[in-house]
Amino acid sequence: MDLVAEASFTSRAYRDDAVVLRTHKLGEADRILTLLTKHHGQVRAVARGVRRTSSRFGSRLEPFMVADLQLVPGRSLEVVTQAQSKGAYGHAIASDYSRYTVATAMAETAEKLTDVDGESGTAQYQLLVGALAALSRGAQEPGLILDSYLLRALATGGWAPSFTSCARCDAPGPHTAFNAALGGVVCADCRPPGSPAPAPGTIVLLAALLSGDWETAAASEPRERSEAAGLVTAYLQWHLERRVKSLQHVDRQP
Amino acid sequence: MYEGAVQELIDELGRLPGIGPKSAQRLAFHILEADAGDMQKLAEAITAVKTRVKFCSICGNVSEQDTCSICRDPRRDASVICVVEESKDVMAVERTRSFRGRYHVLGGAISPIDGIGPEKLRIRELLTRLSDDTVQEIIIATDPNVEGEATATYLIRTLKPIGVKVTRLASGLPVGGDLEYADEATLGRAFAGRLAV
Ligand SMILES: [Zn+2]
Ligand SMILES: [Zn+2]
Repeated sequence: MDLVAEASFTSRAYRDDAVVLRTHKLGEADRILTLLTKHHGQVRAVARGVRRTSSRFGSRLEPFMVADLQLVPGRSLEVVTQAQSKGAYGHAIASDYSRYTVATAMAETAEKLTDVDGESGTAQYQLLVGALAALSRGAQEPGLILDSYLLRALATGGWAPSFTSCARCDAPGPHTAFNAALGGVVCADCRPPGSPAPAPGTIVLLAALLSGDWETAAASEPRERSEAAGLVTAYLQWHLERRVKSLQHVDRQP
Repeated sequence: MYEGAVQELIDELGRLPGIGPKSAQRLAFHILEADAGDMQKLAEAITAVKTRVKFCSICGNVSEQDTCSICRDPRRDASVICVVEESKDVMAVERTRSFRGRYHVLGGAISPIDGIGPEKLRIRELLTRLSDDTVQEIIIATDPNVEGEATATYLIRTLKPIGVKVTRLASGLPVGGDLEYADEATLGRAFAGRLAV
């Protein structure tokens, strides 16, 4: 590269914090990264030579890692030129199979929520990084972290569910029926036939997961957790309109 | 665009991993100008690999027969199995000359985001190999990266209750990379210093 070209190459470089959502092998030793950045939304970038054990990037560009990156726009993909770790969550996550499957489902959901909608990028970034950090330090049971993350990510994307007042007419709760299409719990008048009626404790748990009330969530029964998980998945698939492949592999045994 | 056969060759080469349109064109013209006999050999090698090479029915490594040369070799220690992700990793471990046991090739790493759960890997086949007392130790040598580690975590969880001794390579392999790029000395040391989990 001549000097003029090199100057224009580096002048287009920018820095941003990013979390690695997924990676693909490319060629001999490169990887394509799908990143969720703090300020530039979802970005696809190539990391050259990263699969060689001598790579200066080390493990900083692996799934679930958070790093301060220098990126240079290329023809179709950005190029990662520098990376400094800001959260090496990947290895603590990979050392526990439940955590790993939960992190994968969160990353795939974040990818699908941010590939078209650039608006909520920063909020989605912060939500995901917070959830990965909690997961890596074993703050809560992985399944609870996942369901809380999914509900909050959907709320951030504009699909906030209601677990207190009726999702259709706003009549104050508690209500006993749940309808994913209508956006949460529904009153006796609004309840479409066939809407499931989860246990009252399950609805309390869902509300706690949405608001981040971990004390209430941690006190829930296994039965309520598995019922809540089913409802969260139904809610996610309905509003996302796309299948999150990783969800079927989530390992919910602690 | 070039005419017929040349363009077809460029298109086919361009579908190979790591080959962009420019490289594909360069390779196509190299083939066009190269010695006809040499290129015939290349074409035959490709045909041979696609018709003759299969996967070993025991370990999953590439093989020209039903079982690979390592599984057939009576001098190899049948009591130790080294589990790797791909056939390329078998070659990497063989280069260290520090392992005399046999292998099990999983066919990748667990990656639910790509639709690859444990059921897509050759884990059931590994468990079948443990049905008698021949195997005394399983060495897990998946890639030293996040997917490789998660796969190791899953294998340990699955193998431990069976009661077989499970070991992992000693730390010291640079993290983030593929096993196949580890140098022989480092990989050899990681093997020698393997630890029970
Ligand atoms: Zn209502
Ligand atoms: Zn074999």
